[in-house]
Amino acid sequence: MSTAIALRGLSKHFDEVRAVDDLDLEIADGEFFSMLGPSGSGKTTVLRLIAGFEQPTSGTITLDGEDVSSRPPFARDVNTVFQDYAIFPHMSVRQNVEYGLRVKKVPRADRRRRAEEALATVRLEGYGERRPNQLSGGQRQRVALARALVNRPKVLLLDEPLGALDLKLRREMQIELKEIQRDVGITFVFVTHDQEEALTMSDRIAVFNEGRIEQLATPVELYEAPASAFVAGFVGTSNLLAGDVARSLVGAEGTFVIRPEKVAMSAPEAAPPAGPSTCVARGVVREVVYLGATTHSVVHLDAGVTLTVSHQNTDRSIDAALERRDQPVVLTWQRDHLVSLGGPGPDPVASPEEETA
Amino acid sequence: MTDTEAPRRGTSRVSRLARRRGVTTGLLLTPPMLWLGVAYLGALAALLVTSLWTQDDFTGQIQRTWTLQNFRDLFTIDVYRTITVRTLSIAALVTVIDAILAFPIALYMAKVASPRVQRLLVIAVLMPLWASYLVKAYAWRGMFSEGGLISWLAAPFGLNTPGYGLVATTIVLAYLWLPFMILPVFAGLQRLPDSLLEASADLGAHSWTTLRRVVLPMAFPALVAGSIFTFSLSMGDYIAVRIVGGTGQLIGTVVYSNIGAANNLPFAAAVATVPVAVMLLYLAVVRRTGALENL
Repeated sequence: MSTAIALRGLSKHFDEVRAVDDLDLEIADGEFFSMLGPSGSGKTTVLRLIAGFEQPTSGTITLDGEDVSSRPPFARDVNTVFQDYAIFPHMSVRQNVEYGLRVKKVPRADRRRRAEEALATVRLEGYGERRPNQLSGGQRQRVALARALVNRPKVLLLDEPLGALDLKLRREMQIELKEIQRDVGITFVFVTHDQEEALTMSDRIAVFNEGRIEQLATPVELYEAPASAFVAGFVGTSNLLAGDVARSLVGAEGTFVIRPEKVAMSAPEAAPPAGPSTCVARGVVREVVYLGATTHSVVHLDAGVTLTVSHQNTDRSIDAALERRDQPVVLTWQRDHLVSLGGPGPDPVASPEEETA
Repeated sequence: MTDTEAPRRGTSRVSRLARRRGVTTGLLLTPPMLWLGVAYLGALAALLVTSLWTQDDFTGQIQRTWTLQNFRDLFTIDVYRTITVRTLSIAALVTVIDAILAFPIALYMAKVASPRVQRLLVIAVLMPLWASYLVKAYAWRGMFSEGGLISWLAAPFGLNTPGYGLVATTIVLAYLWLPFMILPVFAGLQRLPDSLLEASADLGAHSWTTLRRVVLPMAFPALVAGSIFTFSLSMGDYIAVRIVGGTGQLIGTVVYSNIGAANNLPFAAAVATVPVAVMLLYLAVVRRTGALENL
């Protein structure tokens, strides 16, 4: 597969702040690529550098084999869906969608037809004559998407486009965006701080932290085999076992991650014995959090660490679970479900808080 | 019984409080409303009433008999028609000049300048307003004089100062009212999100296209808002034209000479209603552009 975008040694410094720090990245043609990270991690800056709104401090941006580093935005074959949609309020929906074709002097009839097609792609047929202020947030989002897609760019850049939508609409749009991307076959570069969104849609995800990529992997790899404590903490909920705790529970040096759904909880008397492939730890349930489909139990282990355990509410076991608060329990997990991060344990203060948005 | 009474007493206390708050608001608003109603609108009404009276040519006394003679004179005597048209033309020209000068300055202030430079420019734009209007007009008189700054600057190009007249009046008025155009346009452009400019560039538009298709249409209501100031201020002005206008007459000077030398207050009042009527018409037209939300 050929390369759509290649970033080489890309840096962007704002005074003393290294927003993007010596970045190397290749995005393949037709890929749905996500850049995930907390705010201020540099992901949006990378997007703005690709679009041409910012000039790199150093490094090059290659688009479809051409170096576009010093080109202005209007001379790059990319289009952007902005976080605030940036719909022109003084134009109708159709005029908005036709804007890119109009400034490129595409004949009127051709323009009309392509705008209609683009509006149909985002399921907004018949909305052409509406004014932007007559549209809902989700509809504006679709207009912004149609306005970008109508130009058939080499790459579509999306800057947290679903951030302003409510959860239900966001989930619908996630699936729809993925379908549209498959249909049009354009490379999508999607910026988000929502790990669930990134996991849902992406072919590959780059996790950003402090201007650098912490890990570049498929969603499954990212979740099942996080490369660092930062990635483990940012993508999904995770339990870190480090130092003495790792030594006593795992019997090995280093830092380990175990996902909450891979830990089983049982009463002390029903506990299975520890074995070569099973780890067993005793503790007390501190908190039970009911989340509808799942229940999270926060367990303080005798070894001196707090783990989160999740289980599906497949039966009506919630009453039993709630009664477990302050009760002693035994946690067990398979040894091969542990992911070793290697090296010394991370500073627990520095581990990022989980994003649930 | 008691539990049904408690909320009733509660609501009555709330409504009494609300009523008292209404009274307070009313008392607080009375002085400004009186000012607006009596001093401001009352003066305008008095103007209109006076314009319908007449003056005894011999005694100079105002005769309080209703007549439309003043307005008949205003519309039938050629010189007044000429002066009205001339005044409106100059006011329109001043507005156009100010719009052309203000737009790039406001655009630079709102979208290009750093916050520090922006603050300095706002002060620079406001600064001329701190100086007396008369001082500025006389300063221009000095510049327009024979051998003044303008003739000295124009001499190398084989030109001379335009001298005192309508050209000088237009230039001075355009100078005087420029801040009143810059500030609303600046405020309007500041409200224009940067992402719209980026979106335009992103969709393939060069800077000029973005300016023409996005910035100008969106700044238009603010430009119209500024024009309300420049146009009405120019229409009513009589000082600048007296100082740099030479023998040129505008509506303002006609009003002035009819109050002073001619002592014909009713006719002066009739002349003075012309700018008011024109402005009301103008406001009615520009209301549709949304300019009134930009004032």
